[in-house]
Amino acid sequence: MENRLDDYKGIWTLGEMREGEIHAVSYELLAWGKDLADKLGVELGSIIIGHNVKDKAKELIYRGSDKVYVVDNPALKDFRADPYSKILTSLIDEYKPEIFIASATTIGRTLMPICAVKLQTGLTADCTGLDIDINERLLIQTRPAIGGNIMATIKTPTSRPQMSTVRPKSKGPLPIDESRKGEIIVKEFGGEYLATRVKRVDFLREETVGAPIQDADIIVSCGKGLKDGKNLSIINELAELLGGSVGASRKAVDLGWISYSHQVGLSGKSVSPRLYIACGISGAVQHLAGMSSAETVIAINSDPEADIFRAADFGVVGDIFEVIPLVVQRLKERIKE
Amino acid sequence: MKIVVLVKQVPATDKVKMDEETGTMIREGVEAELNPLDLYAVEEAVRIKENLGNDVEISVISMGPRMAVDAVKNAIAMGCDKGYLLSDRKFAGADTLSTAYALSIGIKKIIDEFDIILCGERATDGETGQVGPGIGAHLGLPVLTYVSKIEEIGGGKIIAHRAIEGGYEVVESPMPVLVSVVKEINEPGIPTLRGKIKAKNTEIPILTADDIGADEDRLGLKGSPTRVVKTFHPKVARKGEILSTSKDLDEAVDGLVDFLGKIEII
Repeated sequence: MENRLDDYKGIWTLGEMREGEIHAVSYELLAWGKDLADKLGVELGSIIIGHNVKDKAKELIYRGSDKVYVVDNPALKDFRADPYSKILTSLIDEYKPEIFIASATTIGRTLMPICAVKLQTGLTADCTGLDIDINERLLIQTRPAIGGNIMATIKTPTSRPQMSTVRPKSKGPLPIDESRKGEIIVKEFGGEYLATRVKRVDFLREETVGAPIQDADIIVSCGKGLKDGKNLSIINELAELLGGSVGASRKAVDLGWISYSHQVGLSGKSVSPRLYIACGISGAVQHLAGMSSAETVIAINSDPEADIFRAADFGVVGDIFEVIPLVVQRLKERIKE
Repeated sequence: MKIVVLVKQVPATDKVKMDEETGTMIREGVEAELNPLDLYAVEEAVRIKENLGNDVEISVISMGPRMAVDAVKNAIAMGCDKGYLLSDRKFAGADTLSTAYALSIGIKKIIDEFDIILCGERATDGETGQVGPGIGAHLGLPVLTYVSKIEEIGGGKIIAHRAIEGGYEVVESPMPVLVSVVKEINEPGIPTLRGKIKAKNTEIPILTADDIGADEDRLGLKGSPTRVVKTFHPKVARKGEILSTSKDLDEAVDGLVDFLGKIEII
């Protein structure tokens, strides 16, 4: 596992393509990367892999990259672990970044563990904070574990690159700066690098209010207090008005009111939105684990003793069927004004 | 068909202690359970067996302290056939790279040819989700993560749905394959009395690092490139203003709307 550590220099981020576009998580990652690169006084590089991505590379420069490595091939249109991991490990062996980070999305959390094994280096999952220990020149990775009961600080002292996946929404993107200059380096791969054993047969889109919860700035979430799946409309309406997405507790999913992709918590997704509104959710530890890194939490629950209030920045003790329609009405009045 | 299911014993989520010196979890003396997300992998294996008949053999493999035998037995009670535990002080303190290494060596040693490895999406203690794909990489297998449905399995291939952002990706892969599953895939059954008796009577071989022929330098803390340097409790509970509708409904609603304005949501 002993690499020659000094051979490795610079920060790399993975630019994530979804359906032909650079996804916003890539820009959040660049904000982390820029911070780390400035602290170390090194360059910030990004990789994008996909099809027709060459023209999009400059977007990454506007958001903080100094260099963008582009791998563009029709065979790489959708994320496939086989070719992506082969290409990434090859590029890392060639350019030797000391730190390589990706978003903790389904792509990042699939690709990075495979790459870490191929590179025989350390990988820290789902970080909510990254920093530099300047004396040791090491990446400081902070992440919640054990249902958010504990925060752990993790280092990778003896192998390179130091790799992490970073929870989406844990940092805002840098503003677009079209005057930024950077270098775009096109890398060609062919033959065995493009081979994949897993083939995409189909994609079944799920129509929902707002973005997938992992990508949402605002989540309006429902729990057992919703009483019936029919009542989901009040949650949808509030989410839509706020430009947010709809989340749910395990109970609401298990009762069949809403699909699993909306579940927040230990057996669902961990989310870090700007605002999380918990409606009729009691606040079991397993649920709190999935939303405690939200910036602001609002709780509405009829039980004043509900644990959710201990995790909330603002709370209303009351019936969600009474409170939410009135909130919706007030918001609509404001929009009219 | 030979199925391998990987399970982990985890501390019950709300009763966790840490070793302040090593920064690793104290597992002794803490109430433990089979990782809740592994139940779905176990159940899926059992369902494949139910559908394909009795020439399917399910082997459960775990790594952990000796008490983790209980997790393996739990899986057998749910319908798996055989169970194995990798247990050795030399494994202690392993991070995901080292754990994936030890398990992949163990799997190869125990089962020469298998068709599918099933595991949960992640464990509820470490919450990394890295060991499954890591094992896939070690063994050179195609890796299917976040699988919410197995549509077809047999004849050397699998068609599965992956629950990803925005929908479901339907993929086809040759076998052998590593599949990590999400909660959506099934509803785990409760062990039957017969299952429990079978689990009680099934001997679980315990394999050490030597038994599986693992390279000691790649095991445990020594084989782990990551180091937990500090653990701390997250910031104390939020203390927000709480208004009650029983006191004044309008005031509570206005308060909430004003709060949305204050945090610049509206």
